[in-house]
Amino acid sequence: MIEFKDVTKYYKSNIGLENVSVKIEKGDFLFLVGPSGAGKSTFIKLILKEIDADSGSITFGDKDITKLSNRDIPKLRRGIGIVFQDFRLLPKKTVFENVAFAMQIVHCTKRTIRRQVPQVLALVGIENKADKYPDELSAGEQQRVAIARAIVNNPTVLIADEPTGNLDPDTAWGIMRLLEHINSRGTTIVMVTHAKDIVDKMSKRVVAIENGHIVRDEFGAYGYENDCKGIDGEGALGKYGQ
Amino acid sequence: MVSSILYAIKEAFLQVGRNKGMSLASIFSITAMLLILGVFFAFIVNVNVAMEGAKQEYDTVQIYLLNETDEASARQMLDTLNALPEVKEAIYLPKEEALEQWKSQWGDSGYLLDSLAENPLPNAIVVNVHDLVGANAVVAKAKTFEGVEDILYYKETVEKLISITDSVKIATMIMMIFLVIVSIVVVSNTIKLTVQARGREIEIMKYVGATNWFIRGPFLVEGILIGLFSSAISCGIVALIYSKVIELVGDDLLLIIGIPLVPFEFLTKNLAVIFIALGVSIGAAGSVFSMRRYLDT
Repeated sequence: MIEFKDVTKYYKSNIGLENVSVKIEKGDFLFLVGPSGAGKSTFIKLILKEIDADSGSITFGDKDITKLSNRDIPKLRRGIGIVFQDFRLLPKKTVFENVAFAMQIVHCTKRTIRRQVPQVLALVGIENKADKYPDELSAGEQQRVAIARAIVNNPTVLIADEPTGNLDPDTAWGIMRLLEHINSRGTTIVMVTHAKDIVDKMSKRVVAIENGHIVRDEFGAYGYENDCKGIDGEGALGKYGQ
Repeated sequence: MVSSILYAIKEAFLQVGRNKGMSLASIFSITAMLLILGVFFAFIVNVNVAMEGAKQEYDTVQIYLLNETDEASARQMLDTLNALPEVKEAIYLPKEEALEQWKSQWGDSGYLLDSLAENPLPNAIVVNVHDLVGANAVVAKAKTFEGVEDILYYKETVEKLISITDSVKIATMIMMIFLVIVSIVVVSNTIKLTVQARGREIEIMKYVGATNWFIRGPFLVEGILIGLFSSAISCGIVALIYSKVIELVGDDLLLIIGIPLVPFEFLTKNLAVIFIALGVSIGAAGSVFSMRRYLDT
């Protein structure tokens, strides 16, 4: 599905990634973990071709995206859904419009949009909020809208960049269950996270990046001391994660 | 494709509506710019037409014949001159006819010439040349004729006139280019503000896989709309000013320097075409420039 071969990316004064090779299979659910500045964002940006690798090759499906021309980047991105920690919804558009927006961009007809958006909203569990504006929703609901937008065009991969970072533990688990459900329908999921509790409990594949290198790639636990402390010193999920 | 274009137009109108203040500000600036341009344009077109008139009037060589030269030898000279490739037409102008012309030029005062005891004018050959440059060959030929008293032509004067108008034209051109660049910067700044206000939207569009042209579309149409509004307004104002100028000084100018102003319809029609083309390109260029940074990847 996605394969990094010997990929290196340097920034002016530091290492982004160095000689990274990793293979993500179709249908994988993968956690990307590691300290801040380790290279997780570089990894994601390379998949989205927001930045170019200095050397090595990155294949997506059967295409080497390091050789992709700028014109073909939109096509690449239509195969990838992305969800951010801060949701990034358009505040002046309703839930329905926020999701429909992603379909307009890929030239879907109005009929298809009217049919598909309610289905996706139902899938993420907010079918009754279609006419609300983002600021009328809870954080968890907003993240569900963002996920709906990310998957409405049926991407093969969903990249989630700390999707639970702004959410309380209960809500975070709701989102994780949703992602797991989406994964069970065949969508590959790459999730960047600092939430030890979630990674430990989900026991999926964990790829740890440190200082631009992959230091661990195995199924199971987060592997770090909890580096995402809440106000009371507990992890992102606190006691709810137990 | 069609749906993308409709989407771009709809969004552009929404944007102009949302940013009424800024849109008005740039319409105002571009209108001002085009107004200056329009005044220059009207001026330069008139100078040009006057120049063409002057050139036609002065691209002649006049050969004055001695009194004793008879018409038969004058006809011979005519034939020789007409055979030259530079010559458009050479005609024989007997002195009686020349006097009549002179009289009619003086109009009401023409009777003053009646008191002349003898026609002081010589018989002449008037040579029209295709191009002023050709006058030299005609003069050289005429010098070989016998029975010629004098050869008159205005080559130097006309050349001086041409070089002056040429510099005026170049100066105006530079001014116009400068104004167009300023207009593009003004539009691109306006659109930059709307682009910044919608930075998040553009970012999301890029993540979802919108092509650059899909993102650019609404902004491009917005720029074109601003350009169109501005050109319509300024074209109207220039037309109004020009019609007033014709009304006020048109006749006087014709009387004093003998040059008519370029007709209103001709000027405004051309001005409208130029303004619309300029307005649209200024708007489009401005929006494309302002988006460059946002569409790098």
